Amino acid sequence: MKKLLDNWLVQFLLFLCVLGLTAFITDAIGDVLPPYLLMIGLFIGINLIMALGLNLITGVTGQLSLGHAAFMSIGAYASAIATVNYHVPFLGGVLIGGLVACLFGIVIGFPTLRLTGDYLAIATLGFAEIVRVQFTNMKITNGAIGFLGIQGSTTFPIVMTIAVITIILMVWLENSRNGRAMLAIREDEIASSAVGINTTLYKIQAFAIGAFCAGVGGALFAHTTTFIQPTDFGFMKSVDILSIVVLGGLGSIPGTVIGAIVLTAAPEILRPLANYRMMVYGVLLVIIMIFRPYGLLGGVNLRKAVRRAFMLTKKKQAGREE
Amino acid sequence: MPILNNLMQQLVNGLALGGIYALIALGYTMVYGIIGMINFAYGEIFMFGAYAGLVLALTNYVNVYTALLGATLITMILGVVIERVAYKPIRRSSRLSALISAIGVSIFLSSFMVRVKGPNTRGFPTLFENRIFEIGNFQITIYQIVIIGVAGLMMLGLHLFVTYTKMGRAMRACAQDKDAASLMGVNIDRVISVTFAIGSGLAGTAGVLAGIYFNAVQPYMGLLAGLKAFAAAVLGGIGSIPGAMIGGIVIGLTEILGITVNLSEYKDAFAFAILILVLLFKPSGIMGRKANKKV
Repeated sequence: MKKLLDNWLVQFLLFLCVLGLTAFITDAIGDVLPPYLLMIGLFIGINLIMALGLNLITGVTGQLSLGHAAFMSIGAYASAIATVNYHVPFLGGVLIGGLVACLFGIVIGFPTLRLTGDYLAIATLGFAEIVRVQFTNMKITNGAIGFLGIQGSTTFPIVMTIAVITIILMVWLENSRNGRAMLAIREDEIASSAVGINTTLYKIQAFAIGAFCAGVGGALFAHTTTFIQPTDFGFMKSVDILSIVVLGGLGSIPGTVIGAIVLTAAPEILRPLANYRMMVYGVLLVIIMIFRPYGLLGGVNLRKAVRRAFMLTKKKQAGREE
Repeated sequence: MPILNNLMQQLVNGLALGGIYALIALGYTMVYGIIGMINFAYGEIFMFGAYAGLVLALTNYVNVYTALLGATLITMILGVVIERVAYKPIRRSSRLSALISAIGVSIFLSSFMVRVKGPNTRGFPTLFENRIFEIGNFQITIYQIVIIGVAGLMMLGLHLFVTYTKMGRAMRACAQDKDAASLMGVNIDRVISVTFAIGSGLAGTAGVLAGIYFNAVQPYMGLLAGLKAFAAAVLGGIGSIPGAMIGGIVIGLTEILGITVNLSEYKDAFAFAILILVLLFKPSGIMGRKANKKV
């Protein structure tokens, strides 16, 4: 069984099966759920895709980035321009959004990744502000008025399928040679460069993949809301995505999934509180950080936890049989 | 020499704006120096100070000094309370969780203000008449004199406090090595509380000054001001007090310069562009020390 799973062809077929299943199930769910819940689900998926990208940069590689919304906006505008002005099909537009954001990630990554810690954080933040101001003053993006007339092509199954693809690729990446190198950089950059890891290369890799995810998320976002403006991608958007990653547990993919669900749904669940909503949301962030400082699933190895629970029930059964 | 006059004029404008940024940046840099966390709520404390000043100014008995002093006291208390409630319980855990907690606090404060005072921009009542002085060929308003004067005095006071008092010495000791300082009998909790009080007080003062200067107060004013002040603190070398002053003034000057050369749509980007450029050539800021890292 194990040997069979190591075969790449089997893995690939399994991957396709999972994708097909996701598309089928989410399509079925999409028919049943009311539009409001479906919209929340859609935004959970979009936030999840972007948060997984940031998780690779901040959670796995340990580089604090406060400018993720910049890549999101680049992806959103690039895809919107592609589909509206050049009539590129929707999925092509999403791909273009991801690739352009990725390109910017690499271009920005080369100079800024020399910086470490908070200096990197402020440089990425500055980059995001510059991008936002630039979009506000550009003709092709229609400036501060906003980009109108994007088709609402994003559907729930598409978002969920892309989210599942992202999750699978991230798990695969984390367990690969590259992923281990990135983890080593997070733990100790100097030590990992001493054992021959090309730290700049892997940091740029993480940055590029993270930016790609953000760009894809931005493209999906643009084709959901059908209207984007530069203020959609301000500092608070970067903070939202970062909160998902930190709240879920840095570096933990299941944590990021739970963080995306909790933090996207929370403002909607709190809606009955009307004017007190954001106040409660702020307090919620503080309380979760106080009681779970390493995130909801931080420090929890899910695979081990599941195995342990499984073993326990097995042992109990064995005990009973005796 | 119209160009030179214009330059002097912009220098004065930039200095006034830079003074405000520098006051907020001092709070960032002091807290960072001592507990190594980015207190993102400072922008909101600045906003809170502006509102406190506004509320005080609306009562008829108050002049500008009592408004400044009152707002400073209120924000000092606010800063200490925030530290006790939101940061102290997670002081030992990762810096990122403290960052998220700070962001939670800042979301709370700005939405609290929206709830209490409404989301609209409010004007600031005139606490004293604005006059314009002509020196040579450039003008300086009394508002600018007050801002530069108050900011300068506060920085001088802070410098004297940190250099010559016992508490100041304790703060410097904590910045160097918290554990060693605690072994020498320094009460760390008190030092951190005092740091938060001073930093928040400075931000509150800056809030009132900004309210008077721009004649506008609104619940989200703290976000961009806080970000720029943070940029100023990093530009100067985060953790360094003179660095924060220099950084604040540099950011203020570049912003005014951006407006002068007719690129005012880009003025918010200017500060960050300069910041990134400086960081590329001097990765630890203007006055920052290069930390030796060991494995």
